[in-house]
Amino acid sequence: MDTFLIERDMLWTAFSTTLTLAAISGAISLVLGTLIAALRVSPYAPLRALATAYTEFLRNTPLTIVFFFYVFVTPSMGFTFDYKVAAVIALSCYTSAFVAEAVRSGINSVTVGQAEAARSLGMSFSQNLSIVVLPQAFRTAIPPLISVFIALVKNTSVAGAFGVFELFALSKRLTNVYSADVIAILVGVALCYLLLCIPLGQLAGHLERKVAFAR
Amino acid sequence: MTQTTPHPEEAGSRAGHPLVQLTGVQKHFGDLHVLKDIELEVAAGEVVVVLGPSGSGKSTLCRTINRLETIDEGEIRVDGELLPTSGAGLAKLRSEVGMVFQSFNLFAHKTVLQNITVAPIKVKGIPRRDAEVTGMELLERVGVADQADKLPAQLSGGQQQRVAIARSLAMSPKVMLFDEPTSALDPEMISEVIEVMTGLAKDGMTMIVVTHEMGFARRTADRVVFMDSGRIVEVRPPEEFFSSPQTDRAKDFLGKILHN
Repeated sequence: MDTFLIERDMLWTAFSTTLTLAAISGAISLVLGTLIAALRVSPYAPLRALATAYTEFLRNTPLTIVFFFYVFVTPSMGFTFDYKVAAVIALSCYTSAFVAEAVRSGINSVTVGQAEAARSLGMSFSQNLSIVVLPQAFRTAIPPLISVFIALVKNTSVAGAFGVFELFALSKRLTNVYSADVIAILVGVALCYLLLCIPLGQLAGHLERKVAFAR
Repeated sequence: MTQTTPHPEEAGSRAGHPLVQLTGVQKHFGDLHVLKDIELEVAAGEVVVVLGPSGSGKSTLCRTINRLETIDEGEIRVDGELLPTSGAGLAKLRSEVGMVFQSFNLFAHKTVLQNITVAPIKVKGIPRRDAEVTGMELLERVGVADQADKLPAQLSGGQQQRVAIARSLAMSPKVMLFDEPTSALDPEMISEVIEVMTGLAKDGMTMIVVTHEMGFARRTADRVVFMDSGRIVEVRPPEEFFSSPQTDRAKDFLGKILHN
């Protein structure tokens, strides 16, 4: 563990990069995924088809390939992103597909009567969704959403292989330099991920209790 | 099978211009023909009770009027306007047609008062303050003002249904549809809901009520519509319908309902 003390500046840089990647991608994928889920239940078939295609495509593509696309393919098409920005885009797109499915499962858990009542009061589709259905859907979607975000935190490690200096890249660099401490370094990095993920699980429990309501 | 044509004038002084008109309405659920040649006209201020055995299409009929169910053929007009098929026009029409469901369908995550005020605020653009004042008046009227800050699940079924009625009233609807409003209630709660509905009828609200409450039909309805297997079989004033039903199907139905 001395290694981490010696390299604490580097550790901090890597840790905060992982945290930043996860937080920004998490926020973007939450918004994007909710939008995709909304399109999935839209009354217009083309929008539903578009959202389904998006979800199935990204959910069934390995994250590494999504990264590869934004880091190597888009520059060849004339869009060049900073490695970190490319990582955020790749992680956000990939994660949004899973967010969309979690939110959609929440939407499906809201009884049809709720939406019918909203419609018969004259609410539009978007009002129905934003005022009546989604607030209830999110309550049910909290546990699967938290699982998605925990996976996201761990998926940020892929960025380490695409030019971003985060925890995984740190472990590679440190094990190269301090080859005698490989086990300690890997355990240390694993602990950093735990440090990020365990509070997320706690947050889930807290949120669930806070927004609980009887149906 | 005799089909008595509707006579709004029988309802006496309360009957006004035709508010809801169904002409030649047909609806299928797959192979099942659930609404057959429906002709019905409901005048402003009229209370029409729809009776019939389960599966006769009475709920479906009720739900076609604000297009919660679409129809395959025919025409439905509300206040002279043809029912829009989608979009803002349909939303506008629905805001003018109140609907009360069997399962209440109060918004589970909103308080009783919010349930009443949300549509006036968001759909009609009424300022929150005003909507809340009106909301409290309506809750007072249906007798649940003391529950305003509770969530629906904390209320009894009867209270929830009265809130649901108030929620519809908050949009000042031209006509109210009741889809078996008391069928999910314990017997002792039925009367409190029926009381509110009777009050509404007395105040001149146009109502189309699908129910099994024969007492309500007898006392409050201007006309009884009897349906069987998707067809309107009889349309008559309640006293005539209950004392001398004309079709065998209606006789059979009343016999089963009234003698147990």
